Amino acid sequence: MYTQALNAGPEAAERTIEDAAILARFQERIDAEERIEPNDFMPAAYRKTLIRQISQHAHSEIVGMLPEGNWITRAPSLRRKAALLAKVQDECGHGLYLYAAAETLGVSREELIDQLLSGKAKYSSIFNYPTLSWADIGAIGWLVDGAAIMNQIPLCRCSYGPYARAMIRVCKEESFHQRQGYEIMLALVRGSEAQREMAQDALNRWWWPCLMMFGPPDADSRHSEASTRWKIKRFSNDELRQKFVDATVPQARYLGLTIPDPDLRFNEETGHWDYGAIDWEEFRQVIAGNGPCNADRMAARRKAHEDGAWVREAACAHAAKSRVRAAA
Amino acid sequence: MAAAEIPLWEVFIRSRNGLSHKHVGSLHAPDATLALQAARDLYTRRGEGLSIWVVPSHAITASDPADKGMMFEPTASKIYRHPTFYEVPEEVGHM
Amino acid sequence: MASGSIRVAETPFVSYLLRRADDALVLGHRLSEWCGHAPMMEEEMALANMGLDLIGQARALYGHAGAVEAAGHDEDDFAYLRDERGYRNLLLVEQRNGDFARTIVRQFLYAAFAEPYWRAMMASRDATLAAIAAKAEKEMTYHVRHCAEWIVRLGDGTAESRTRTIAALTDLWPFTGELFEVDEGDRAVIADGIGIDPETLRVPWRRTVAHVLAEAGLEVPKEGFMRNGGRIGRHSEHLGHLLAEMQYLQRSMPGENW
Repeated sequence: MYTQALNAGPEAAERTIEDAAILARFQERIDAEERIEPNDFMPAAYRKTLIRQISQHAHSEIVGMLPEGNWITRAPSLRRKAALLAKVQDECGHGLYLYAAAETLGVSREELIDQLLSGKAKYSSIFNYPTLSWADIGAIGWLVDGAAIMNQIPLCRCSYGPYARAMIRVCKEESFHQRQGYEIMLALVRGSEAQREMAQDALNRWWWPCLMMFGPPDADSRHSEASTRWKIKRFSNDELRQKFVDATVPQARYLGLTIPDPDLRFNEETGHWDYGAIDWEEFRQVIAGNGPCNADRMAARRKAHEDGAWVREAACAHAAKSRVRAAA
Repeated sequence: MAAAEIPLWEVFIRSRNGLSHKHVGSLHAPDATLALQAARDLYTRRGEGLSIWVVPSHAITASDPADKGMMFEPTASKIYRHPTFYEVPEEVGHM
Repeated sequence: MASGSIRVAETPFVSYLLRRADDALVLGHRLSEWCGHAPMMEEEMALANMGLDLIGQARALYGHAGAVEAAGHDEDDFAYLRDERGYRNLLLVEQRNGDFARTIVRQFLYAAFAEPYWRAMMASRDATLAAIAAKAEKEMTYHVRHCAEWIVRLGDGTAESRTRTIAALTDLWPFTGELFEVDEGDRAVIADGIGIDPETLRVPWRRTVAHVLAEAGLEVPKEGFMRNGGRIGRHSEHLGHLLAEMQYLQRSMPGENW
């Protein structure tokens, strides 16, 4: 569910010599809103950009299971427990859809996982923050999934067919995630003083990291020009961020919670909510591996992968033996 | 042991009887039985299907997009294959 | 008894329902502990699905227990406000996940019993229980199928997977006797046509287990000493930790809506 414009790709640096006419024809197809399919011609840079973006998206889904997974065993009612387990399971499913979409571009799952586990690949900064109370599960559903949806809906019209189809499936399944989170927040603000405090504290901690999910400000966002031209990206980081703020402010008001931004005010002229300065240094640190949970998240993924190696080997060994037996 | 490459499978689902199986996506599984179970767990969590096919991805032979002209354009001129090519007076009624 | 715990009027029928509900919840909870840590992402989906089936069964059974007890207890009261000594689940299901082999063997040994159990329970004289059984039977059939496939792969796969699977079978086998245990109260429920005699399931259970282990090239463990106590709340030390985690919010902030 979580895509993020993380960093610039190497596409500009690595120019392959491709016939200008072929490139122009490719661009014509894009401009005509045609979908590009796996075996179609595509510029090397287009392929590279997509592999990077789709795999980062997939990694984010899989790493994103961990912060919420942290509360499945402590969910305070059976209804919440079932909903949360189903939601986190969905995230795994979405990771799988996305890895499969990336594989259509000629990269294997093993390579992609290897890039994640070796620390070479990035994933959304948001999952490097800890879930410290049950209200964080509400805040993640409401805000993180809310931000993700803003990002993902335009991706359903992405020029690359397999990515667009995966996103349609993801968006459809995810429609319950944000509601699930908001409902948790509603129950808390309607509860005791301690529960309301828990909800406000979660909003305080998740608000700014959620705004960072949309990636660096447009002015600093290199290479988004190519993504826009290729119709991989249809809105800029700042446009999506603004949409998110505009949608979320009234939802926070309804909950009776305060968004932790003293500069937040409605701009009559633009019709949008103006928000305060984002701490981009914090964002850079989290992306660089210095967020509160980066090390824990990677350690958990590596452990699952290493602990599971003998299982995967056993299944492959059995499959190989069965083939031999069948041939005999 | 080197990390084994677990094969890729394409998944086709019949959403209800009367409809044909439709490609929904792919997954990795060591063998056909686990692929079928994984397809059930991954692609039918919301009652999307009544029947599943899994096919090893390598078993699929695909047409080359570069052959598009040769493969698909020659049919465009065979308009006599379509009912609207033929004129039948209106008073004859629906045919 | 911890403060805030409920007192359940355990008539034979209420106990009968709680025993099944606790089995499902504790095992479902154990499966949910895997979430995010499974050996393959595809298997992540399967473990969560089985966990969700079991949590669903537990909710339905607690709901029914609440109605039968008629003391105003809902599913969460039963799940979150009873102590270890009040839990009635099998020792088998509270055993820790361990490695994937152990989780799969535990799930298989339970499901191979639960599948014929719920099928037989579809004929229960209690209509609600019969309806719960009809749903659970299909779910457990799939659990048997899925776990059996894995046991065959782990038994036949590599020397390591085989060793791990044998260790899991050896360690968990002594907990299987409890599947067939009945007490005075159960007998009354069975005599009423509400429950069924688990003794009638011993043969089908053994047949399933023997068949799958044979296919996996594994031996059925020798009969020997069998552990029990779960049905009367004498648990292993593992359950207390599971409940401490599961019940933490309900216990630390009692009486709230979530």
